[in-house]
Amino acid sequence: MWQSLEESSIAPRGPRVTPRQGPPTGPYDSRGTPRRLSGLTTGVVGVTTVDDVTVIATESLSKRFPRVTALDRLSVDVGPGVTGLVGANGAGKSTLIKILLGLSPASEGRAEVLGLDVATKGPAIRERVGYMPEHDCLPPDVSATEFVVHMARMSGLPPTAARERTADTLRHVGLYEERYRPIGGYSTGMKQRVKLAQALVHDPQLVFLDEPTNGLDPVGRDEMLGLIRRIHTDFGISVLVTSHLLGELERTCDHVVVVDGGKLLRSSSTTDFTQTTTTLAVEVTDTDEHPDGTRAVREALHARGVTVEDGSGLPGAGHVLLLTARGEETYDLVRDVITELGLGLVRMEQRRHHISEVFRNSDEQRKEAVGHGG
Amino acid sequence: MAAEQSVRSPQTPATASGDTRIHNIGYRSYDGPRLGRSYARLSLYSQSLRGSYGLGRSVKSKVLPMLLFVVMCVPAAIMVAVSVATKAGDLPVDYTRYAIIMQAVISLYVASQAPQSVSRDLRFKTVPLYFSRPIETSDYVRAKYAALASALFILTASPLLVLYIGALLAELDFADQTKGFAQGLVSVALLSLLFAGIGLVIASVTPRRGFGIAAVIAVLTISYGAVSTLQAIADVQGSGGSIAWIGLFSPVTLIDGVQSAFLGASSTFPGGVGPSNAEGVVYVLFSLGLIAACYGLLMRRYKKVGL
Repeated sequence: MWQSLEESSIAPRGPRVTPRQGPPTGPYDSRGTPRRLSGLTTGVVGVTTVDDVTVIATESLSKRFPRVTALDRLSVDVGPGVTGLVGANGAGKSTLIKILLGLSPASEGRAEVLGLDVATKGPAIRERVGYMPEHDCLPPDVSATEFVVHMARMSGLPPTAARERTADTLRHVGLYEERYRPIGGYSTGMKQRVKLAQALVHDPQLVFLDEPTNGLDPVGRDEMLGLIRRIHTDFGISVLVTSHLLGELERTCDHVVVVDGGKLLRSSSTTDFTQTTTTLAVEVTDTDEHPDGTRAVREALHARGVTVEDGSGLPGAGHVLLLTARGEETYDLVRDVITELGLGLVRMEQRRHHISEVFRNSDEQRKEAVGHGG
Repeated sequence: MAAEQSVRSPQTPATASGDTRIHNIGYRSYDGPRLGRSYARLSLYSQSLRGSYGLGRSVKSKVLPMLLFVVMCVPAAIMVAVSVATKAGDLPVDYTRYAIIMQAVISLYVASQAPQSVSRDLRFKTVPLYFSRPIETSDYVRAKYAALASALFILTASPLLVLYIGALLAELDFADQTKGFAQGLVSVALLSLLFAGIGLVIASVTPRRGFGIAAVIAVLTISYGAVSTLQAIADVQGSGGSIAWIGLFSPVTLIDGVQSAFLGASSTFPGGVGPSNAEGVVYVLFSLGLIAACYGLLMRRYKKVGL
């Protein structure tokens, strides 16, 4: 695991997900071994600086069932950090996770997780990887503590370590006194936290989170997204998180991989996404000076060369302006224009994007955005 | 929606820092040993075995297995007390006979604990979590099978142990009693494997616990009832030769046949005629075949479950 240090430890935290590039140092060289390769080798914790390695690599990975093709020659490299896997239901996200856990053989192609081949090293991969399923998976009649301790032991942790790690992990995901009560009485948000805890309890190097925000209310959703962010920043664990909502992953992930119909649509850093796809909705007040504040802002923005549309045909039509944000400066521009006009800013917000927007033209894109985000 | 957006948009980092109380203590990584697949299998085995007696579960789920355990042991204790008190020359019941007499209790135990062991995992979809750990399908099946078989062995061997200790206290013939005890243990071991296999196979295809319980009871008692009736009819009609063959078709009579052929037990078949040695071989093969078939069916069942 040391030979990788010469080049990678000094590498900047550059693009972590790169669409497949030229051969010589492909993803299958021995560099795919980040920190703490073996739990038995203590004292190697410092190797967390190895950033420029591949955590997941697939090479024309396909999975065909008798009637459907779940994955179609998918080639993607994923580096450390938080990576979003976006796709509509049935796009092949869960199938991909299943293959990456070594539980389902691929029809063709190959894949490596943490430098281990999924076809032959399944158990070794599953020892170092955590998995949080999409569906409910908790028995209602045991307490969170008992359940997570059991799962820790199933991952190979000795009894004492399992108990200590369970207490730590449950605290980190935000479960306190209630962890001694049977899971049956928990709220959806608490259940999601238990599911997350069992995926983290054995301190994996990588976790797969399948739709972790499913069924959560907006606040719970934000808390979960914040937690996911911390899994990487505070815990140093790489994350592959799936969702069908691009918008919520944009803010959480360093990189987003978009799949549709088992094919790779796009794989790039989230900054690229926000630059090209963020739609801002702006609503302002009217004043005596400008009886129609919305129009005044639109004209002022036009004068500065920003195309603005109103969300015609939608609720609040005529009062909401939609424009494409090109980065921080757009926010500043809107703020300045509104202050100059002396109007009040009611709201300025990002519209939530849906996966289907990624390849639409900009007009359609905005309407779609309003439809899903309004 | 607007509220959601305004909470989130500018402040994703703030959400995280709002939780500072959580990570004040800091995240500690784990550098200790990871004991791997065989340890995980052992953990699942011990958890399932404990679970079969309600240990580590709610008080409510301890009641039935513990009660059945007591019900299994009390008659043995009474017999011992009687034989010690009356200074009888022998125990009132053979070691091999005890499980056959108590078969209803054993069936009830299998019916209540087999679904507990596997149906819960299926119903609450915990199985995928197990398979996202280092274990494989075969580890899960072996751990569950071994756990229920062990639990049944504890249930059936404990009264034999009570009888044996009592017999020694009553100063009965040591060699004789030890031989009988050993034969009894072999017999209940085979019975445990067979009953556990049948119970688990049925429970693994009935995710609803209630159905599982009913199905296991039905299979164990109806097959026994039907076989006994047919045997009785065969006995009355004088076709004694077919009695042994009919006995192959229920788990209880199967065990009865094996032990009366090879383990010195007296048969409970009508007319008291157990299978001959040649027929006994068929009984043994049939029992082992059934156990293997149960294991195979369980493996097949769990190959499909996956994630």
